[in-house]
Amino acid sequence: MRTLVVAGHGMVAHRLVEAVRAEDPDGAWRIVVLAEENRPAYDRVGLTSYVECWDPAALALPGADYAGDANVELRLGDAVSSVDRAQRTVVTESGFEVSYDALVLATGSRPFVPPVPGRDLPGCFVYRTIEDLDAIRAAAAKPGRGRRAAVVIGGGLLGLEAAKALRDMGMSPHVVEMAPRLMPLQVDDGGGSLLRRLITELDVTVHTGTSTDAIEADGDRLLAKLGNGTELDVDLVVFSAGVRPRDDLARSSGLEVGERGGILVDDGCRTSDPAVYAIGECAAVEGRVYGIVAPGYAMAEIVASRLTGGAGTFPEPDTSTKLKLMGVDVASFGDAHAKTEGALEVAVNDAVAGTYKKLVVSDDGKTLLGGVLVGDAAEYNTLRALVGRPLPAEPGALLAPAGGGAAVGIDALPDAAQICSCNAVSKADLVGAVHEQGCDSVAKLKACTRAGTSCGSCVPLLGKLLTACGVEQSKALCEHFGQSRAELFQIIRATRISTFSEVIDRYGTGSGCAVCKPAVASILATLGNGHILGGEQATLQDTNDRFLANMQRNGTYSVVPRIPGGEITPEKLLVIAEVARDFGLYTKITGGQRIDLFGATVDQLPDIWRRLVDAGFESGHAYGKALRTVKSCVGSTWCRYGVQDSVGLAIELELRYRGLRSPHKIKSAVSGCARECAEARSKDFGVIATESGWNLYVGGNGGLTPRHADLLVSDVDTETLVRTIDRFLMFYVRTADRLQRTAPWIEEMDGGLDHLRAVIVDDSLGICEDLDAAMAKHVDNYADEWRGVLEDPEKLARFSSFVNAPGTPDPTISFRAERGQNVPVMLGVPEVRS
Amino acid sequence: MTVSMDRRTWTAVCAAGAVPENSGVAALFDGGVQVAVFRLSGDRFHALSNVDPCSGAAVLARGIVGDSGGVPVVASPVYKERFDLRTGECLDAEGVSVPVYGVRVRGGVVEVESP
Repeated sequence: MRTLVVAGHGMVAHRLVEAVRAEDPDGAWRIVVLAEENRPAYDRVGLTSYVECWDPAALALPGADYAGDANVELRLGDAVSSVDRAQRTVVTESGFEVSYDALVLATGSRPFVPPVPGRDLPGCFVYRTIEDLDAIRAAAAKPGRGRRAAVVIGGGLLGLEAAKALRDMGMSPHVVEMAPRLMPLQVDDGGGSLLRRLITELDVTVHTGTSTDAIEADGDRLLAKLGNGTELDVDLVVFSAGVRPRDDLARSSGLEVGERGGILVDDGCRTSDPAVYAIGECAAVEGRVYGIVAPGYAMAEIVASRLTGGAGTFPEPDTSTKLKLMGVDVASFGDAHAKTEGALEVAVNDAVAGTYKKLVVSDDGKTLLGGVLVGDAAEYNTLRALVGRPLPAEPGALLAPAGGGAAVGIDALPDAAQICSCNAVSKADLVGAVHEQGCDSVAKLKACTRAGTSCGSCVPLLGKLLTACGVEQSKALCEHFGQSRAELFQIIRATRISTFSEVIDRYGTGSGCAVCKPAVASILATLGNGHILGGEQATLQDTNDRFLANMQRNGTYSVVPRIPGGEITPEKLLVIAEVARDFGLYTKITGGQRIDLFGATVDQLPDIWRRLVDAGFESGHAYGKALRTVKSCVGSTWCRYGVQDSVGLAIELELRYRGLRSPHKIKSAVSGCARECAEARSKDFGVIATESGWNLYVGGNGGLTPRHADLLVSDVDTETLVRTIDRFLMFYVRTADRLQRTAPWIEEMDGGLDHLRAVIVDDSLGICEDLDAAMAKHVDNYADEWRGVLEDPEKLARFSSFVNAPGTPDPTISFRAERGQNVPVMLGVPEVRS
Repeated sequence: MTVSMDRRTWTAVCAAGAVPENSGVAALFDGGVQVAVFRLSGDRFHALSNVDPCSGAAVLARGIVGDSGGVPVVASPVYKERFDLRTGECLDAEGVSVPVYGVRVRGGVVEVESP
């Protein structure tokens, strides 16, 4: 076994480890990662979003701790301090020594702080790590008079990100940029002036074309003196004037470095020592350093390929950028500054719409070379993919507003066009995945090719590509309804139709089926149309809902009494035990903190419920597309580590949402502290206690494709938490597809989690009042469905095995004993399964 | 005039009103044979064996009825295979079928051909 040592653990180093492990499943390489930071690689590109939740977990990269992978050793907080190339060993700051067969330097870059007098004063920060943001937050939170101000030195991409973060922390930011415009590397003067206007409208004061001459202490505040004579009285200063490659290890070990810094490597990312590679922001590929993640990922893939017998070389890097800054789209791609000889520029500056678009084309006007988009970057993905290729229409037509112009379609893109630049996935790769691997949905394309899994900006294009490939992404519910479940929901809600017959008469064809009938029944139930067995509804329900219990393989049912939050008294436990004993039911503890009683015949169900109802229980949904349980740990009442009453909250939530019919089952849990004993992040909505409130995570699930839930809101009080869950569930119930759990629902949502947060936290669609009212109605109208059967002779009459022999049990059902309990005997074991 | 003789014997099962429209009920016959009786809209009745051959459980009467391309079907509540209510043929597993029985309504009473 050979040893690969990786110095550094940022996004690019993590990609390298993933890629080597993928190419080397048998483990020919043992990998030792030596990280400077005290946490595994995280999403530094998304650093600014940390301000929304202050939870480092929100930036975590999946699998970056390599848990369970014996081939990877990750040492945190122990950076490489020296390299002995002759002996092929490295030594860390703690004195740990390790030999290598191959060494990859992935030490990244450091923030560049210009030599401004006063730059080391307290209150001066840089903007690169989670710790930097924590320090800025602490300084921003100091008590002081009035609204607090900050100045960001540097008006590039990172500087504007920093300004956004400061604004989100409630400060008034200034941005100072030496160049005559913001984001000078990405946009031109036209785009820069519009960008300045849009950013200024967002309460950011912009100072361009001026240096920062000095920072001076002024009591507990700072004075930033600008070259143009302006003096800014601020509480803190953030330097974001670019980065410099960290090439110290290369210099101290005698490796060649680039003229302007960076570890010099060839197009295979190899340094002047063939056993040593460099990747990411510390590397100078043939002399050039790249400060964005996509070229770094490409370098990681090349080195992984070389280490595992391949021969990848660094491609022409794509330094295109698209970002949304404080809601303002900014994108640049290709030769944005028209540096190509003879290049022509075609620009449209629409001051009214607040958009600026420029295309750079070849001297004959036929080939796209690059462009700049500000204010509206919807066309970015298609235009970027067209760079270097013939234009499908006149440049002016391409820039015309949507509808009036010749919109660029995916058809116009050549096979080699890169659709996903983060993961270097071409149109041909995607088309191949559709035709050869049978990918027929955006989700499958993402899983198969990784396209759209990093920044996500190309996801809309994936859908268009599927359509172009002739893959019908039909949302039709079934052969009887051309509409999706979400559309049917809106139809039924708007028309107030209350029966399936009328829905299918007016909006469908045929007589329905086992797909559309339960789906419509669920919608009718959500909208409040009485008992789920009322009238015609009984004939629409899946057997579990029709008999209000879980059908098992021999046609008997199991009953799962509701035990909210998993809390139960000894008296109630005795009742369950007596019921199980008296009816001869097999008994098992479930994963949802309940007790499942198996083997009840149709005739027995009402008798069992009656016993439970009399003892203060209701039966529960261990079936049905509805809330299942809200699990909890024991919480602060008993646990030495608990910080909130998780049991109390779990009970409140389970009682609030019980009976809510939804597109799929809904599971939940509440943990009383960050140790997360209730496994809340594996749930559709999970709540984890913090010192001062609750964090809400959404979109998790176990099952075939386990997924951790993502943080939606943090540190909120109980009222805010419940209101947010109300809206989350009601928005899900209204808009998800049939049998779509919350995770794919969020993933397929245009804009994903950010959009979800905008809708239900910031009320961007203005529907929150309506969602709140709908949930209030559900809570107010909740009724025990099982009791409802017991109280209605007509419904009760349906609980009989045979219409012509009431009271006679099904003779095909029999049991045998196993470990002291009844288990089913299958008569005539089925041989046929489709 | 020719009278065709129906030599089948019929057994009364229940009142027609005991079978809700667009659903089924199970009936027990001598020898433990179970028949699922379905009622579609327009008072159309069908009768199949109640035993789902794909799971072995006697549950077809508890399936959801509907149509597939106009063919009246019931979907087994166990694994959801669909059976043609007229012929008993399974639409989702080739060569699989369930017995079909004659069914009629006489004087408001559902009668099934004796198995």
